[in-house]
Order: sequence, then structure tokens, then C-alpha cells
Amino acid sequence: MAATVEIRGLAKRFGEHPALHPFDATIEAGRLTGLVGPDGAGKTTLLRILAALMAPSAGSVRVLGHDVVEEADSIHSEVGYMPQRFGLYEDLSVMENLRLYSRLRGLRGKDLDETFERLLAFTRLAPFTGRLAGRLSGGMKQKLGLACALMAHPKLLLLDEPSVGVDPVSRQELWRMVEELTDDGMAVVWSTAYLDEAERCETVILLNEGRIEHDGPPEALTSRLAGRSFRLVRPDDDRRTLLTKALDLDGVRDGVIQGHGVRLVLADNERRAAVDELARGAGAAVEAVPPRFEDAFIDRLGGGPGGRSAIAERMEPVEPDALNGDVAVEARQLTKRFGQFTAAERVDFEVRRGEVFGLLGPNGAGKSTTFKMLCGLLEPTSGEARVAGLDLRHASSAAKRRLGYMAQKFSLYGLLSVRQNLEFYSGVYGLTGGRRRRRIEEMIETFGLERYLRDSPDSLPLGFKQRLALACSLMHRPPVLFLDEPTSGVDPITRREFWVHINGLVRKGVTVLVTTHFMEEAEYCDRVALMNRARVIDLDSPDALKARAATPDRPDPTMEETFIALIEAGERGAEADPAGRAA
Amino acid sequence: MRARRLLALVAKESVQVVRDPSAILIAFVLPTILLFLFAYAVSLDIRNVRLGVVLENDGPAARDLAADFAATRYFEVLPVRHRREVGDMVVSGLLRGVVVIPQDFDRRLATGSRPAIQILTDGSQPNTASFVSGYAEGVVASWLDRRSGLAGTGAASGPAVVLEPRFWFNPEVESRRFLVPGSIAIIMTTIGTLLTALVVSREWERGTMEALFSTPAGIVEILLGKLLPYFALGLLATLGCGLLATTVFDVPLRGSWGALLALSASFLIPALGQGLLISALARNQFVAAQVAVFSGFLPAFLLSGFLFEIDSMPPVIRAVTYVIPARYFVTGLQTVFAAGDVWSLLVPSMLAMLAIGSVFFAITARKTRKSLDR
Amino acid sequence: MNLPRLSALIVKELLSYLRDPKSRITLIGPPIMQLLVFSFAATLEVKNVDVALLDHDHGALSEELVAHVRTSSFVREILPVNGPDELRELIDTGQVLMAIELPDDFSRNLTAGRPARAQVIIDGRHANAGQIALRYLNSIAGRMNQDLRFELGTIRGAPPSGGPVAEIEVRHWFNPNLVYRWFIVPGLVGILAMLLSLLVTSLSIARERELGTFDQLLVSPVTPLEIIVGKTLPALIIGTVMGNVMIAAGVFALRVPFTGSLWMLELSLMLFILSVVGIGLTLSSVCKTQQQAILGVFSIMVPVILISGFATPVENMPAWLQVVAQASPLKHFLIIVHGIFLRSAPGSDVISNAWPLAVIALVTLTLANLIVRRRLQ
Repeated sequence: MAATVEIRGLAKRFGEHPALHPFDATIEAGRLTGLVGPDGAGKTTLLRILAALMAPSAGSVRVLGHDVVEEADSIHSEVGYMPQRFGLYEDLSVMENLRLYSRLRGLRGKDLDETFERLLAFTRLAPFTGRLAGRLSGGMKQKLGLACALMAHPKLLLLDEPSVGVDPVSRQELWRMVEELTDDGMAVVWSTAYLDEAERCETVILLNEGRIEHDGPPEALTSRLAGRSFRLVRPDDDRRTLLTKALDLDGVRDGVIQGHGVRLVLADNERRAAVDELARGAGAAVEAVPPRFEDAFIDRLGGGPGGRSAIAERMEPVEPDALNGDVAVEARQLTKRFGQFTAAERVDFEVRRGEVFGLLGPNGAGKSTTFKMLCGLLEPTSGEARVAGLDLRHASSAAKRRLGYMAQKFSLYGLLSVRQNLEFYSGVYGLTGGRRRRRIEEMIETFGLERYLRDSPDSLPLGFKQRLALACSLMHRPPVLFLDEPTSGVDPITRREFWVHINGLVRKGVTVLVTTHFMEEAEYCDRVALMNRARVIDLDSPDALKARAATPDRPDPTMEETFIALIEAGERGAEADPAGRAA
Repeated sequence: MRARRLLALVAKESVQVVRDPSAILIAFVLPTILLFLFAYAVSLDIRNVRLGVVLENDGPAARDLAADFAATRYFEVLPVRHRREVGDMVVSGLLRGVVVIPQDFDRRLATGSRPAIQILTDGSQPNTASFVSGYAEGVVASWLDRRSGLAGTGAASGPAVVLEPRFWFNPEVESRRFLVPGSIAIIMTTIGTLLTALVVSREWERGTMEALFSTPAGIVEILLGKLLPYFALGLLATLGCGLLATTVFDVPLRGSWGALLALSASFLIPALGQGLLISALARNQFVAAQVAVFSGFLPAFLLSGFLFEIDSMPPVIRAVTYVIPARYFVTGLQTVFAAGDVWSLLVPSMLAMLAIGSVFFAITARKTRKSLDR
Repeated sequence: MNLPRLSALIVKELLSYLRDPKSRITLIGPPIMQLLVFSFAATLEVKNVDVALLDHDHGALSEELVAHVRTSSFVREILPVNGPDELRELIDTGQVLMAIELPDDFSRNLTAGRPARAQVIIDGRHANAGQIALRYLNSIAGRMNQDLRFELGTIRGAPPSGGPVAEIEVRHWFNPNLVYRWFIVPGLVGILAMLLSLLVTSLSIARERELGTFDQLLVSPVTPLEIIVGKTLPALIIGTVMGNVMIAAGVFALRVPFTGSLWMLELSLMLFILSVVGIGLTLSSVCKTQQQAILGVFSIMVPVILISGFATPVENMPAWLQVVAQASPLKHFLIIVHGIFLRSAPGSDVISNAWPLAVIALVTLTLANLIVRRRLQ
């Protein structure tokens, strides 16, 4: 039987730049194929070619028996495509969006009614049909996008990074929906930068810089790393120091913080001795763990970064009195109301000096609102937000001088050059004269920005954009750093680099407040506040939270499972006790 | 099958238009303001021109002449005693013109030699200056004529060419009668070209084009689906302007509403085509806006003949106006309102506009394919 | 207010517009081109007029009148017609602006010393041009009348009859040949400087919001006042520089005379731009997207230009509308710019028109300050 998609010698060039090097591949029906790779690898380009929106520069592609160039129209009728940037009309309601796509796909009569009913049930969007698409949360938008793409009962479904910016609960739902679809015989291609998702696919195509690194079941790649993954748990030392030391070891290929410990991947079995020694020195126990797809990915792509952060080394330790005390960030009965709607209610917590504090929750839970109030982007309706002991409302400038901020979209000035961006941010934070010049040169050197100084930040590769954004936010050596989904949609290697820097800074005394949907990042935190429905429902270290979510069937839950379990528990509690009188 | 898709796209776009405040602003609020201004503010009808009359002597003839000036309905006369006072007043704009009746006026008149009358104008406002000098000359001439009748030797008023002017289509001679219809062209350009250019390039910027391309909808359906609501909006606006003009602004429509709408429809074709072409090339809102203003709005305002006469422009520019659709629309509008259904003028105008429109669409068709390859 | 922060903001804003060569061209190119093209196109002069002629007379004096008309500077061509239908057709279809119909007793009446009537039919759809052309015709007729009286007097041997004749000397101050361009160009300087400043300021905040850099500004120590000044000053600089470029273009390329004080013009220009910037900033903080900002600028610009006396004098407007016009900064600036270019306006004149500018600037900037601050929450 012919495969759903047959690719022969496909190559794609944009001008001089090769986006895809010639390769062959097939995509089968009834299977969930993951398309994985770092940013710029060529995933979107490949999907667009499969959707017959772009023509190959060389080779041929047949989708459902049709050639993508000659029979593009047939492909448009039979393939469902969900582009990366939604493709929803924000000023139309859910129902209006659905109706548009249904009519564009020629559904009518009974078929139309049945399809609508099914899709609305499937996506659980039935109660929201009247809401404008622009007002939906991230997760709901993706579900709507999926529903629109499914409208014509396609035989092939192409999803371009559908889970970016979506909270774990919604992500699970998306998975559930897609798995149902493949059970029904649909071929689904799911492109992602999240490797835990790749692991759950039946087949994975791994792309890097336009080349196929792997095409087959994820296990095939993962199994090659058998016996090379270890966990060092419960060290006496600070786990970040442990990680830094571990990464500097010769035999260690990759390492991340996990709970109260470190997870390492070795170059090969032999190097275990050095690790054992390190663990002994730190008072940690060594456990062998099964390899993950992510380990294989990093290994395949050349290994993770080293442990040293040049910027952190350059930085002087944060002065003890920089924060006017021990509390870096304080939320005191913070409440925000937008008209009738309460976005955050009586949020109350403290972030201590030198801590990495995570703020987690589903979309619409109130964490972005809380985060914005704490860095001065929103004014609270009541309550206080303090940074370094200074009230953001009354001592605004002074407080803001103590904080650094890095946003998901990087907020760099595309019309200025890289150097001009650095000069701007240093000026805005009050650096002058010689000090300013030295600081800028420092940043250029430590982040390796020399070759890009004259270019616009828009043209930088993602990793460098991130470095530049970090450099700009650190220009004034703030004792407190606010990170708003800093690694959303970013590939694992760039993400690790980022956290190497952050960890280095934390070891010098910087306090970090981070929000994220990526649960692995929650592991890097010392404490995590979990919010739902405008309230903080849990606040503890990641390991403690995992313990609370553990069940006999699942004694060692991942952070993602913990999150989902605790949210659901919170929901049940809220139903039993709507006024929230229980603590 | 295709009609259904087109209808769906038109429905979607119409909902978006209705929910977009800037579209409502451009299609209804701005036209009302503009019409109002063209009816009252932009007036080429001279009135209240401040004229200084320097009476250097007090003789009866001089005073009689001065009185004639004061009696006209166009001048607001300021009597001045000495010539040297007026200089500053003209410089600072207090006076737009000066008539100097010299000291020896009466004497010269009596002796039969020709007295000299000076008419000075503020040349920095050429239109007013030309009016002042021309009209003042006329006042003097008719004063002389009357005087000759009085002194008359029986030759009655003598041989004279007497011009009897008749202003067809605009007997009241109000500039409003041609400015208001012409301004409809400006409004249609704003809706048809500027708004469309912005809206389509916004769709490119937001990425929804990509999603549409992946459906069976053809490129023609997608583009038509975007344009048809604006076409309807334009016609609605025409109707609205026409109603405002006839009921509120006292500008009668001598032709038929059908002709007015047909004209408007013919203009909307090139206007929308231009907007579409701009957005296809620009794909970016800021650039699209600039190009739309520069190549659509300003020509409609300055080169269409609605305010500034095309015949008076230098030949090169006159040639350029032949490819500006607004030019034909303005002539058509002024005719349909003031003259009536002069088909011998309306039909060629409509054909010209349709021809230009088809060129725009042809170019756009070449430039837009259902592909993300640039 | 912190100077290093402020200067960083100003530098950033200026660089956003000036760093990219394409952006520089987009900033400078269109205004210059518009200045050049439209200063030639925008004219209320009347030239190249086609006149239809229905001559029932064909006598010597009717030929003389026609000859005068044909050779006058505003007429391009005389189109003789054979009957009223043809005449109607030419006027209806807009091929001629006016038509002259001479009755068959035209020359006879004049020779006999009686008045002779000539019908002049004017296309009312071009009433303004028609009126001006009519005035030209009246001058021609008047001169012909003077000559007739004189001739006739000589022919009959009597003293020049028809009584008094006066010598009328017309002098157009400041613009002897009534070159329309000398009036339009200074006005265009004002309009184009205003358009540019308005566009620059109104997009500034909206664009930062759309791109996300505005949040980054808000978390920095920058105060709302600094943000406002940091956007006002660059717009002022860009607007003033562009204004000067266009003044130079007007004087050197288009040969418009400049008779007043340059530095007074500079000061007035800056006041003018300040008042415009306030409007732009308010618009920018109110609009959520760039598209709204662009359309907002547009919706404001067009009425303001119309009401300010650019093409048609403010005096022609009804009294109450003239009061409204006082609120338009362009109106005051146009008086100043016309005065300084053409009339050597003295300081007192400039000041009396500049202080309303200062008042408007104060009002709009204060308003912008309030609204931006409110919006920043």
C-alpha cells in the first residue's frame, strides 16, 4: 500500500540558503509522526511543502497520491494544516471561525451538523462558541485551530508546533485528541521543539540544519544511549554547583538539574568512575536511569554546553544589602480585577534572596497577571508588590532599577543594530561614560556577539537573539531577574545554554522569578507556586510537590504529571469549597 | 461549490468590517466630516474681502466712488486716510487689497484729464488678489459708465460690449455645487484604496493568508472575498454621501441615483484594484499606507480636477492625469449632480475607469499566486 | 528627569528612523517628490481654456472681439460651432469651459453707438475657473469699450464722448505676476512637515506596542514623562530638519522668493511641530494597532488641511467655522509662512500669529502627557 506521503530527493533553497538538503522519507497512515529539530532546522518549510504551499527546489513529493506541484488543489482539499501562527481570525467568534472553514471545505447539511457536534465535543469548546477567538487562552486557541484543520475529515493532518505556549493540561488534551485521530487511520505529522512529545510519537524525523539526522521510532535512537544516563540525588552541596562541576567533567555529555539533584548523560559507559567520584565528594547517591529521547537528541547534535557561564564569572557577587533585606520579591495580598473579572486574588508569597522561584499554572490562571504586577507592568487593584523592599507603585523608578526583565518575545529593537540595542539598554538603566563602554564591551565579549554587532537583531539566529536579550537585561547587574517564558519554543541545546548562564548568576546571588509552561524548567526552581483560577493553590519545592502528587500506581511522577494531578485536585477542592475557605 | 466558498469568505470579511472601528471611521465618520467641510469650509466663493479705500481728498466724486466700493457685497471696506498707513496693514494681512483715490481725483475729472486710480493687492494670495483687482476694476468701470450716463450728451451709454453671463448647471454660482460631488471621489479613494491596502496587508502580516491558502479556496475567491465587502461599503458610502448632499447640504442631484451608483461602481473597480496591488507588493502595513496615500489619495485630491483645474496644469502633469481614475470620476460626479445624466460624458468616463481597473487587476493576478514562495 | 536615560531614548528613536537607508529614503523621498509635483499641479490659475463660439454676426467688430479673445493669454483654442445644439454638446461633455454667442446685430449696434449684448455661457461645474475666466473676458470687453468710445469720438469729430475715462493702475504687491506657485509652496512646506511629524509620532508608541518593546520600556526605570519627551524631541528634530529641507527646495529649486527672517521661521516651525506632535502622541497612545494609528492620522490631517486655508482662504468660511479654524495649528503657521516668504513680515506680525501656536502646543502636549500616563497603567 502506498504511503500517505512519499518524498524522493526533496531539497529546498531560499536564494542561496539551503533550507532542506536532498532526502527521502515516507509518512504512513494511522501513525503519529513527530517532526523534531531546533529552531531553523527546516520543520516549517517541510510542512509547508507537504501542504502544497511551497514548491520544492528539487525532487518530488507525493501526498495522498498527488504531486505537490501539479495537483496542489487536490492536496488542499484533502489535507488539514494548522500553521504555526494559528491562522484564526481573532475578531471572529469560535463559531464564526468554524463556520468559515467548514464552508471553505464544502461541508453541508447533515455532514456539517454532525461534524460540528463531533468537533465541539472533541475539543470541549462547546460552551465557548460565542467567544471571540482573540479572547481565548493559548490552549483553547490551539484546540480551535485543530478543529478548523480537521474540518474536512482529512487523511493527512499537519500540525506546526501546536503545543507552544500551551499549559500541560491543555497539552494533554491535544495529545488525547490526536491519538484518537491516528487510531481512526489518519496520518498526523506533529512538529515540535519539545522532546518529551517526540518520545511519545510512533516515528520521529529528526531535522537539524536542513538535514535528516534520524527517521524511525524514537526508541531506535534512544536505545543507543542505554546505560549512559544517571541521576545524582540528594547532594549535600548546592545542586547548581554540582551541575557546574559535572558539566566540566570530560566524560559528561549533557546534564540538567532535576529535582533535588542532577541528571547526567555520559559520553560512554567507561566514564562512570569520574562521576562516581564526583557524587561521593558531594555526598550524593548515584542511580542509573533509563535514557530519554532528549538525551539521544542532545547527544546526536553534539552534546550540551559546558558548565561555565562567562557572564556569571565576570559578575561581582550581589551585595548583601542590595535587596534591603532577605526578601527579593514580595507579593502581599495582590489582587487584580478587570471590571467584573478577577484575574488574581489575594496572592501572597515571598521570594528569598538567591532563590529560583517558579510561577506555574494553566492559561488564564492568573500567573501572567501576578508576574506583571510584580515587575511593574500592571497596577494592582489592591495589595502590594515589592522588589528589594521597594513598593513598585510608589518608588517605581528605584524599584525598577533593581530588576532585570527578559520577555518571551525578546523585545529587541529590530530597527537598530545589535550594538545600538546594547547602548540603548545601558543608557536607559543609567550607565554613563567609561563604565557604560566597559560594560558593553564585556557583554559583547562574554556572549560572543562580535560578528553580529552591525546587524539587526531580527536577522540573528535564535540562540544569539536570546543571548542578546539576556545581555540587555543584565546590563545594570540587577539583583533580581524576571523571566517570562524565556525558553518557549526554543530547542533544548539553546535552552541549556540559557540555564547555564542563569545558574551561574544564581550562584553569585541573583534572585530569579520565572514563569514557564515547560515543566522541565520547573525542576530548576528551588520553589514553585502553582496557581489556578486566580489563586495560589500550592507552594513548595518541586520534589515536595511531586511527593504530594505521588500515588501507588505512580510513585515517581514527572513534573508534568505532578502539575496535572495537583491542578485537578485543586479543581475538585474548588468545587467542594467554592468560597475557598479551606487554606 | 465555488460560490459557497466565496460567500463564506465574504461573510467573514463583512463581519470583520463591522467589528473594526477604523473601517467605520473611514467609511462613515470621515466622509460626513469631509462633506461638511467641502460644503462650508472649502469655499472658492469670495466674500468679506477686506479692502482698504484711501480717500486722499474729500471731493464729491471721490466720495461717490468710495461709496460704490462700500456698497458691493464682496468687499468689506475700511476707510483709510493716508496712503502710508496701508503698507503695514497689507503685510500683516489686515487688508487684502487697497484702492487709492488720489488727491487730484475730482480736479482731474472736472478738467477732463484722466485721473489715476491705484489698485493694490496682496499678491501672496493670488486667487484673492486676482479677484480683488478684477472686481475693483469692474466697480470703477461701472461707476464711470454711470457717470457718463449722468453727464450724458444723449449718446446714452455709448457703444459698449455688454457681457451677459449665464452659469449653466450652477446658476447660483456656489462652489459647493461642484466641490461636494467632487469630494465623493476623495471619499471613495480613501475607502477603496487606502482601507483595502491596509486590510489586505494586515492579513499577510498576521499570517491568516497562510491558513486560507491551505484550504481548497482559490486565490480568486480569497481576493474577491476580501474586496466585495469593501465594494459594498463603498456603494453604501456613496448612497450616504448622496443623501447628505441632497438633503443637508443643498446640493441637488439632477441626474439619476442609478447613474450615480453606476459611476461609483465603475470607480471602485480601479480603486480597489489599486489597493489590492499595493498590498500585494507591500505586504506590510506602514509601507502600504504610505504608498496608498502617495499614489492614491494625493493624486485624487490634487490631480483629479476637483479642486484645481487640470487644464491649468503643466502639460506633463496634464498627461499624467489621464491615468488617474479619480479624474474621470470627478467629471462624472460633477456632471451627474449638476447637469444630469449626460451619457455622452458618463459612458466614456466609466469605460476609462474600467480599463484602468482591469490593468490593476491584471498586474495583481500576475503577482499573486497561491503560494508562500515570494 | 534623568539625562542619560532620556538621551538613550532619544538616540534610539532617531536611529529607528534613520539607520536603515531604505527608511531614510522613505522619510525624505515622498515629501520632496510631493513638493515638486504638487507645487506645479495645485493651481487656481486659469489657463488653456477652450471657448466655443456661436457667431451669428460675422461682422468686423465681432471679429475684433473674437481676435482679442483668441490672443489673450488664458485661451487655448476657439471652437466655432454652427448651432445651439453643437454648443450645448461641447459644454455638456466638458470640452469647453465657456461659450460666446454673438447675435446678428452685434457689430451694427456698436457702430451705431449703442450697447451690444454678448451671451457668455459658462460651465457651472467649473464655476470658479469660469468666474475667473469671466473676469478676464470682462477686462477684454472693458478695454474694447474704452477703445470704442475713443474711436467713435474721433470718428464723429466730437470730443471723446462717454464722459470720463480713468487710468487704472493695478499693482500686485509681493507677487507681481501672481505666480500661484509662490503661494502654494510655502503652504506645502507646512503641510508636509506636519504630515511627517504626525506620522512619526503616531506610529511610535503603536509600533512599540505591537512589537512588544513597550513592555520592556515599562519595566525599566524610565518614567512616563521621559517616554513622552523621548518621543517628542526626535519628532521635533526630524520635522524641523525636513521642514528646512523643503524650505531650501522651495527657495532654490522652485525659486520662491524669501523675504523675511529665517530664524523667526525656524522658531515658528518648531512651535508648529511641537503642537502637532502633541496630537500625534495622544493618537498613538489611544490606538492599539499601527493600522488604527495610520487611519487616525489620516482622518485628522485631511479636515485640518481643509480648514486651515491652504487652498482656500479662511475668510471665505462662515464666521463660526473661522472660530473653529483658530484651533488648527496649521492655520496660524500658514499665515506666518506666507508672511515670511512673501511679505517680509515683521516680528510683531510673526509673534501675533505664533502665540496661538504656543498655546495649542501647550494644550496638546499636556493632553498627551495625561493620556499617555493614564494608558501606561
